[in-house]
Amino acid sequence: MANAHRRVGDQPWVRRSLIGTALLLAMFMLVIPVVVIFAQALSAGWSTFADNVTDQYTLHAIGLTLFVAALTVPLNLVFGTALAWSVTRFHFPGRKLLITLIDIPFAVSPVIAGLLYLLLYGRNGWLGGWLANYDVQLMFSWPGIVMVTVFVTCPFVARELIPLMQQQGSEEEEAGVVLGASGWRIFRKITLPNIKWALIYGVVLTNARAVGEFGAVSVVSGNVRGETNTLPLHVELLYQDYNVVGAFASASLLAAIAMLTLVVKAFVEWRQSRPIVSTPEKEVS
Amino acid sequence: MSITIDRISKTFGRFQALRDVALEIPEGKLTALLGPSGSGKTTLLRIIAGLESSDSGRILFGGEDVSSLHVRNRNIGFVFQHYALFRHLTVAENIAFGLESLPRRQRPSKPEIRQRVAKLLEMIQLPQLADRYPAQLSGGQKQRVALARALATQPRILLLDEPFGALDAKVRKDLRRWLRALHDEFHFTSIFVTHDQEEALELSDQVVVMSQGQVEQVNTPTELYAKPESRFVFDFLGHVNVLSGVVRGQKLVQGDAWVSLPGNRSEQEAQLYLRPHEVHLARAPDAHARLPLRIDAVSLIGSEVRIELVPEGWQSNEIWEVGMSHNEFARQNPSRGELWYGVPDIGHLFSGDNGQPKTVDWHCRDVAKACNI
Repeated sequence: MANAHRRVGDQPWVRRSLIGTALLLAMFMLVIPVVVIFAQALSAGWSTFADNVTDQYTLHAIGLTLFVAALTVPLNLVFGTALAWSVTRFHFPGRKLLITLIDIPFAVSPVIAGLLYLLLYGRNGWLGGWLANYDVQLMFSWPGIVMVTVFVTCPFVARELIPLMQQQGSEEEEAGVVLGASGWRIFRKITLPNIKWALIYGVVLTNARAVGEFGAVSVVSGNVRGETNTLPLHVELLYQDYNVVGAFASASLLAAIAMLTLVVKAFVEWRQSRPIVSTPEKEVS
Repeated sequence: MSITIDRISKTFGRFQALRDVALEIPEGKLTALLGPSGSGKTTLLRIIAGLESSDSGRILFGGEDVSSLHVRNRNIGFVFQHYALFRHLTVAENIAFGLESLPRRQRPSKPEIRQRVAKLLEMIQLPQLADRYPAQLSGGQKQRVALARALATQPRILLLDEPFGALDAKVRKDLRRWLRALHDEFHFTSIFVTHDQEEALELSDQVVVMSQGQVEQVNTPTELYAKPESRFVFDFLGHVNVLSGVVRGQKLVQGDAWVSLPGNRSEQEAQLYLRPHEVHLARAPDAHARLPLRIDAVSLIGSEVRIELVPEGWQSNEIWEVGMSHNEFARQNPSRGELWYGVPDIGHLFSGDNGQPKTVDWHCRDVAKACNI
C-alpha cells in the first residue's frame, strides 16, 4: 500500500514537495552530469570515441592507472586488516590516538598530502636527498604516484573493519586458540570468513578512490604524457589542449569504472545485510 | 588432573581484580567459583585457561607449572558464556575444529574425526543438527554444541564461564542436570563460574566463594550453607534475617525486640543472623525471644510457604523471611497484616570485628548444657 508509512497529521503536499525537491536536485547534480559525460564522449560518433580511447597516450594512462590501483589495493588491504586487528584485539597505550590518526588522509586535502610527500621525498627533501645519492628517484615517477595513492586510500579498509570487528568481539578467536589452533588457522578459518564482506567493501572503495585520485597525484607525478600521466590527469591535460571530445572519452572510462564500483558495492551491501545462512532445512530423524 | 592456584594477583589499570588468590582444585571434582560481578571469578578462570596472564603467582596442572605455557598447548576445554560458536561453520565443523587443529602427528584421520564428531553429536542428543549453522540453533542447543566442541579433544580440564547465564529457567535446569551426569561419567576436573548461588550449591562438589578479588570461603555445598564463616558468605548464600543490636547482660536488644543469649557477654554491638528455616512463628513471644513482626506477604508457590515480615517496633535493613510447611500453614493460617512473633531455633552471632560467627542453639539449651556456644 502506498500509504502504509504515512504518519498521522503529515500533510500530503509536504511529502510531495520534499520528495520532488530531492528528485530534482539528484537529477541536476548527479544524473544529468553523468549522462552528459557519455553524450559528449560520443558526440563525434563511435569511431572518434574509439580513436580517442585507443590513442597511444590514453592507453598508457589507462595502463598506469590500473597499475597504480593494482599495487595500492593489496598494500592497503594488508595494512588496513593489520591495523583493524591491532586496535580491536589488543589494548595498548595510544590505541585511541591511532584510531584517530587513521582518519588523517580523510581530513587533509589530497593536494597537501602530495606536497608533504614532495617535501619529504623530493630531490631536495630530507629523505629524498639521501635517496638521490643512491640514484633512487621516488617523486615524478610511478613510485611517488603509488605512495600518495596509498596515503589517500589507506583509511577505507580499516574504517570498514574496525566497527565490525569491535561488534563481533574476540570470543570466537579465543575459542579457536583454546582449541589449539595456530594463529594463521584462526585467521583463515574464523576471522577472515567473519569479515569477508566488509573487507571486499573496503577494497571496492579503495579501488574506486585509487583510480580516481587527482589532487595528490597531480602534485607528485610531473604530468609527463606517456610516462607519469594517470587517467584523471590525462583528462585534464586533454581538456587544456581543447580536445573536449578526447577529454570526455577518457572521463567516460572513469565514469564507467565508477558505475561498475557502485554495482559491486550495492551487491556487497546486500550480501552483508543478509543473515549468515539459510540452507534448506534438513531433518534426519 | 588437579589444579593448584598459587598466590595469583592481577590488576587492570588501577583495579585490583585478584589479590593473592591461593586455591586447590581437586582432581575429578566439579568446582564452582561463586561471587557477585566484579569479584574476580571470571578473571581467575581466564588466568587458569591462559587467556589472561597474571601479574604474579603460578598455575599448576597436576603439580606441573603451566604459567608460561601457551593457551594452545594447555589442552583444556573452555565453554564461553555466549557460546562463541564459529558462525561460519556448521555444527559438525564446529565440533571437529579442535581435532583438526591438532598437530599432524596427533591428528586423527578424516574418517576417524567424522566418527568422533558423530559420537559427540549423539552425546549431546543433537545428531539431526549436524549440518545446521549456529544461527539456526536455540540457546540451549548452542550451549550443548559448545560443550561438545570443548570436549572433542578429550581435555582433562573443563572450564565453563557462566555456562547457563543466558538461558531461560527451564532449559537451565535441564542442562545443569545433564552437565552433572556428563561430569559423573567422564570425571574430568571442571571449574565453572557462576553468580547464581542455587546453581553453585546444586551442581558442584566444592564451592569457592569469592568477593573483591579474594577467596572468602571454600567448602562443600552442604557445609558452606550450614556454616558460613563470614557475613559476606552468609548474605550471599540465600536469604538471611538479621537482628542488629547491642548485647546487654544476657540479651541482644534493639527497640522492642530482644533475644536471650546464654552465657555472660560484654556489652557490645552484635548481629544475629538467622536463615528462614531457623525461625518459626508464634502468636505470642517465647521465653527466650521477643521479635514482633507484621506479615507483609505470603507466597504459596513451592514446597514451602514463604512468609515475608516487617519488624514492628524495631528495625531491619531487609525484610524478614520465614518458611513454613503447607500443613503448618493450613493449621495456623497466618494472614497479611497480622502481628506474629519470631521464635529462633538456631542463630549465628557476629560480634565486633570478629569475622567468625558463633552458633547459638536455643533448643538444646533446655535439653542439655552441652550445647556449644
